[in-house]
Amino acid sequence: MISIGIDVGSVAAKIAAYDGEKIIATGLLPTGWSPKGVGEQLLKEILQKTNTPKNKIKSIVGTGYGRVSLPFVDKKVTEITCHGKGAYYIDPNIRTVIDIGGQDSKVIKLNNEGMVVDFLMNDKCAAGTGRFLQVMANALEVDIDDLSPLATGAEPSNISSMCTVFAESEVVSLVAEGTPKENIAAGLLHSVCNKTYSLVSRIGIEDKVFFSGGVSRNEKLKELLQEKLGISILSTEESQFLGAIGAAIIGY
Amino acid sequence: MRPKVMEEVEALRGVNSVKIKEAHEAGKKVVGMYCVFSPQEIALAADAISVTLCGTTQEPIEEAEKKLPRNLCPLIKSSYGFAITDKCPYFYFSDVLLAETTCDGKKKMYELMAELKPMHVMNLPQTAEGELALTMWENEMVRFKNFLEKELGVEITEEKLRNAIKLMNRERDAMKRLHKLNAYKPAPLTGMDMMLAQWLKGFNVDKEAGIELIERLIEEVEERIKEGKFAFDEKAPRILLTGCPVGSGSEKVIRILEESGASVVALENCTGYKGLDIMVDEEKDPITALAEKYLKTPCSCMTPNNSRMDLIKRLAEEYEVDGVVDLTWQACHTYNIESYFVRNFVKDELNLPFLQIETDYSDSDLGQIKVRVEAFLETISSTVNA
Repeated sequence: MISIGIDVGSVAAKIAAYDGEKIIATGLLPTGWSPKGVGEQLLKEILQKTNTPKNKIKSIVGTGYGRVSLPFVDKKVTEITCHGKGAYYIDPNIRTVIDIGGQDSKVIKLNNEGMVVDFLMNDKCAAGTGRFLQVMANALEVDIDDLSPLATGAEPSNISSMCTVFAESEVVSLVAEGTPKENIAAGLLHSVCNKTYSLVSRIGIEDKVFFSGGVSRNEKLKELLQEKLGISILSTEESQFLGAIGAAIIGY
Repeated sequence: MRPKVMEEVEALRGVNSVKIKEAHEAGKKVVGMYCVFSPQEIALAADAISVTLCGTTQEPIEEAEKKLPRNLCPLIKSSYGFAITDKCPYFYFSDVLLAETTCDGKKKMYELMAELKPMHVMNLPQTAEGELALTMWENEMVRFKNFLEKELGVEITEEKLRNAIKLMNRERDAMKRLHKLNAYKPAPLTGMDMMLAQWLKGFNVDKEAGIELIERLIEEVEERIKEGKFAFDEKAPRILLTGCPVGSGSEKVIRILEESGASVVALENCTGYKGLDIMVDEEKDPITALAEKYLKTPCSCMTPNNSRMDLIKRLAEEYEVDGVVDLTWQACHTYNIESYFVRNFVKDELNLPFLQIETDYSDSDLGQIKVRVEAFLETISSTVNA
């Protein structure tokens, strides 16, 4: 028997399959315009990949913003609880999870049983989220994945606006002034780092720290956060799947 | 199922807007007010009707933003918006307005509102500590009394003041007993109904009729407790709501909490229990007694405001709550800043889960609030089950 966790985020939908001991498969697709369609597609693919007939599914748990649009799930759990469970699976010593996704950034504090004891989320604004970086990458005419290599070794420009709309005009002005893209990219990552730092500071940080969500793939940002927080941060290949992994475990 | 009398309570909105019109036509004077610091007793002693004015819905905010800054608390914008659009019958029929210098936003908004109707502003001390604050506030009570006597052409006698104090104490006592029904486990009333009943009392044109209705509601709910009829089952997490005022139209956080399975059992805010806690001393000189009672209101506009923590502690224990939610309106600086202390107090002293929600009256962040609330309730159930 296996359980399935599906995390439908604002940008990407993730799936994970759990056999009671370990995660046996994961999958990812852009969410696009249909959370339901992408959920069904991911489910089909992972069942094929793991050679699982439908009667061998113990349960399916949905999480993320799209969780309400998945008619085939047995249970819906918020991404906060799922991230806690996922982090506990990856390393039971994790006490803080920093999750930066497409439209949310959050800090989750865990106890030694992987239970959420406190959490904070960004307010209704894209500052410091993946969406912020996406808009800025577009303004710079680069791919979002190129921001980290671009920023490496560059002198960061000062980007003072946290607001996505105002920061975008700042970026446009910097480009017009002939500021190198590398410096602007570095400035943007500093901005996200500072925003995250203030969120983390409000709740208090405890070792070990795990970095999850799509934005955790940004190596340069991770480096900046480690410097600013003065603590080493863990992120793995599973970082983007943390919510789906936690959901799958809850479903077992 | 909802108690039957709740339907009558809900119908008060329609009833009162007709009654205020009739009272006005019969030549009764109306004093409109906004705040839990407003000494209604003085207005009642002037043979006037004292009513709360509208300020809890999103609708008039757009109009208000033509004159007020956008990044101002929704309660202030809504209050002003209702006033300028003539959509609040109580404002429309008010002969005079009473305002207080509570927070900066309200204080300055009142300057704009004073262009519309005769307004008296009471100078509220910024602290409840020290004799000077009380002396000053007592003096403000006298100033308000003099204002009403002159403006309405009446004499406010000591006897009338004493009668008004007794009447308002009776109302407070009834509303307090109603609120305390939800200390019962499980709660017999939803937080939504409790909010509605508490909030609507402010609009009662006929105070006696209002008290009588609440007494009947209490009776019915007590009967229901005996019959084992409750609003939620025993497993529903019990929540104490603190923070900014909530009324009909701005109840989204209570609604989301209860739709997500919580039972909001205590409303610490000023539209709930805050103003009911302390009675006016019926023995003392009426003006002194009024000054003492109102100055003790644990509002975030006071510094320091330690008695709010004491009240939260008392309610958390008495209502056996599983978590505390602090609702703060956007740009309400005093409550937003004070949330830091509330968080530490609730987590460290009371050892309870805590969630702050900062929002406005709009529906634009329902999804985000839902995630926070659901995650918060998952946290509570995981600790309760463990």
